[in-house]
Amino acid sequence: MSGIIDMVLASIRAKVPAANATVRTNPGPSGQDSLMVAPESVADVMRVIHDEHGFDFLSNVTGVDWPDPALAEKVAVIAEGDADAEGDAKADGEETPAECGFLEVVYHLYHTSERKGPLVVRSRTKDRGEGAKIASVVSVYKSAEFQEREIYDLYGVIFTGHPDLRRILMWDEFVDHPMRKDYVAPDDYEYEPTPHAAVIEKAAQHYPAPDAD
Amino acid sequence: MKDAKHQEPAGKAGKWTIPGYGLLQGLFVSGRNMVESYYKKERCPVIQYPEEKADISPNFRNFPFLCYDGDRPETGLRCTACGICEKECPPQCIYIVMDRDENGKAKKRPKVFDIDISVCMNCGICAEVCPFDSIYMDGQYEMATDDRFEKLVLGLDRLAKSTDYHMQLRPKEATAVMEKRKAAEEKKKAAAAARAAKAKAAAEKKAKEAKEQAEKNADDAKGGTE
Amino acid sequence: MISDPLLQQSSPVLEEGSDDDQLLRVSLGPQHPSTHGVFRMNVELDGETVVRLKPVFGYLHRNHEKIAEGQTYLSSMPFTDRLDYICPLTNNWAYAHAVEKLAGIEVPERAEYMRVITAELTRLINHTAFAGFFLGDMGAWGSALMYAFREREKILDLFEDLTGARMMSNFMRFGGCRNDLPDGWLERCRALVDNYEPFLDEMEMFLLGNEILIARTQDVGQLPKETLINGGITGPMLRAAGVAYDIRKVDPYGIYDRFDFKMPLGEKGDCYDRLMIRFLEMRESLKILKQAIKDIPEGDFIAPKAKIRGFKPPVGEAYGRIEGPKGELGFYLVSDGTPQPYRYRVRPPSFVNLTLLEEMCVGLDIADVVIILGSVDIVLGEVDR
Repeated sequence: MSGIIDMVLASIRAKVPAANATVRTNPGPSGQDSLMVAPESVADVMRVIHDEHGFDFLSNVTGVDWPDPALAEKVAVIAEGDADAEGDAKADGEETPAECGFLEVVYHLYHTSERKGPLVVRSRTKDRGEGAKIASVVSVYKSAEFQEREIYDLYGVIFTGHPDLRRILMWDEFVDHPMRKDYVAPDDYEYEPTPHAAVIEKAAQHYPAPDAD
Repeated sequence: MKDAKHQEPAGKAGKWTIPGYGLLQGLFVSGRNMVESYYKKERCPVIQYPEEKADISPNFRNFPFLCYDGDRPETGLRCTACGICEKECPPQCIYIVMDRDENGKAKKRPKVFDIDISVCMNCGICAEVCPFDSIYMDGQYEMATDDRFEKLVLGLDRLAKSTDYHMQLRPKEATAVMEKRKAAEEKKKAAAAARAAKAKAAAEKKAKEAKEQAEKNADDAKGGTE
Repeated sequence: MISDPLLQQSSPVLEEGSDDDQLLRVSLGPQHPSTHGVFRMNVELDGETVVRLKPVFGYLHRNHEKIAEGQTYLSSMPFTDRLDYICPLTNNWAYAHAVEKLAGIEVPERAEYMRVITAELTRLINHTAFAGFFLGDMGAWGSALMYAFREREKILDLFEDLTGARMMSNFMRFGGCRNDLPDGWLERCRALVDNYEPFLDEMEMFLLGNEILIARTQDVGQLPKETLINGGITGPMLRAAGVAYDIRKVDPYGIYDRFDFKMPLGEKGDCYDRLMIRFLEMRESLKILKQAIKDIPEGDFIAPKAKIRGFKPPVGEAYGRIEGPKGELGFYLVSDGTPQPYRYRVRPPSFVNLTLLEEMCVGLDIADVVIILGSVDIVLGEVDR
């Protein structure tokens, strides 16, 4: 597995130097290491992975919300002994203000004819507000179309170059992004026959004394 | 990939033969199904529900109940209101209040134990995580009621069921639990007895030592006077 | 008239400079009787020919992923039953598989066999029910579905004895299964497997030679192999087009490498092939079941060290996938060392398989759209999550 990642890393560094590709080791027992690339060049990186390494199947695209960047570093550690990588990560860390965090998009790729995979590619947006932009990979992998729409819907990542970026699961008029960690659920509970005092209280606040009049 | 491509399947599917032959085959199958459904059980396994009922499988689970030892739920309830099931319940339908005495000391039994069966999803995780063999899944399924609110929240009075009920519902599980509890109790008793014996021995030893000491003291005192 | 901004793109069928106002816009669904749940398609028609098609869904969205991130790992297990409610046990397995990868848990031998047996029975259920639903989509509502459901019910009875519930099984645990097989269960399972072959023969005789079915499904909804792979299509749909990609074979999980079974492949990848592939796969599943029932050893049904209460995986992330009956079912989990997952993601096969629905339907008649949708085999509990 690590062999593939190193190979891919070498060719990406050669072909797409703007991607700032680094390897993140996974501290868990699954051992699925990942490639970290810059958000603007995700599509170029995918093009290289697809055309030169034959990873023709993009299985899974998903978002992760990291309001606290320190936690993200804990979960995906920078590869040891990779001096460049460490330098890049430090530079990243300096650029990102500690309080605003970022959104991350994770791609899992497989090779259908040779038994290779998963190749995990991840990319982080600059922040969680206006700068939450990532290049769309729909032009390379069609399977990302609905999944990117879902990430846009639930996390608010804007995929530049996506042909049809609309909400997919929530309705169009919905404003917030519910999968973000700081999303506050609305309190308009219908009265439910629940024994939970907290829910009843919330319902009472929202619908004050339904029997009063 | 080494796997060979499949040839035509067992039937004569996918081939054009005499026009209408496939349709006739299909008609034959449905005709056979219709006729055989009158006398073959596996062709028509329908049960006319309210009149006849299917046997409940011993593993079948529906809503939870609380088990109590002895005759009265007030005294024999196994539940200690630890709140583990409340925490693990996926849809959060369990609500427990610990019973406390005047000084606010926990009595290790629930004052309120509510399960909202309109929310409960019959997963059985509460029964699985309970460390006190107290909560089990019931086999009762005719719970329809005309009141959406009060009658769907089961309180202690409707949840508490005796060990006999459990034994009747799931003999195998209940027997295993009984044996486990008995063994644990015996172990506890044995441990208590051992502790008592030890304490007794210690007390005896102490008494003996004290006696010896007293004798020695007495001897010393004697010696001192001499 | 639907005012839908999505129907703005160019269409391969439409000639350059043709009048857009002449097109008819139809909203198929959401409560159309032959859709598989609450699912809508905005279709633009030129006469009877589909020019553009956009699926609209999310009516069953409950944010399963958000709910799972707020509770313990174990508490999400019963919710996975409700993803693809036709086949809960494979969902359980996929989730347990991902968590086992995340935490590095070994599964005992007997539990692996139990998982294979239940998963293959689930595949039988799904493919049998598919035959019924698919015929229902074509207008043959009734007989085929009832025969399929009659057999499915027999498997569900087995599941009830094993797991306690017909559909909401909640059976797998991290490191094994919840309970052991009841007495006599294997014998009943063996009898069922032996009786299944005649049912399949009968069903094939009933359906596959039918001239109406052939006329309506052959050469409908084909796409080239490369497009399918690029569109993330997995499962029987992909294999119907002749792509040898079955995760049980190419990335074996559990103990699938021990069994002798074949990977049925179609040739054209039209709707007929998709139906046929499922029948052939059921026969392979029966083969696996026979071997598994013969070989299942005695032993633990759950790893003795497995923790039910207070389970905390180490920090890290894992993507685990299995071959669900509908395609690749994956779970992506990120753990920050707490009892709750930091990120819990389901990669539902039916959701991704819908990506190419428009490509498959464009240029065909409106009557074919429902058949193609049926051949994708979606379950909205999984699409919307």
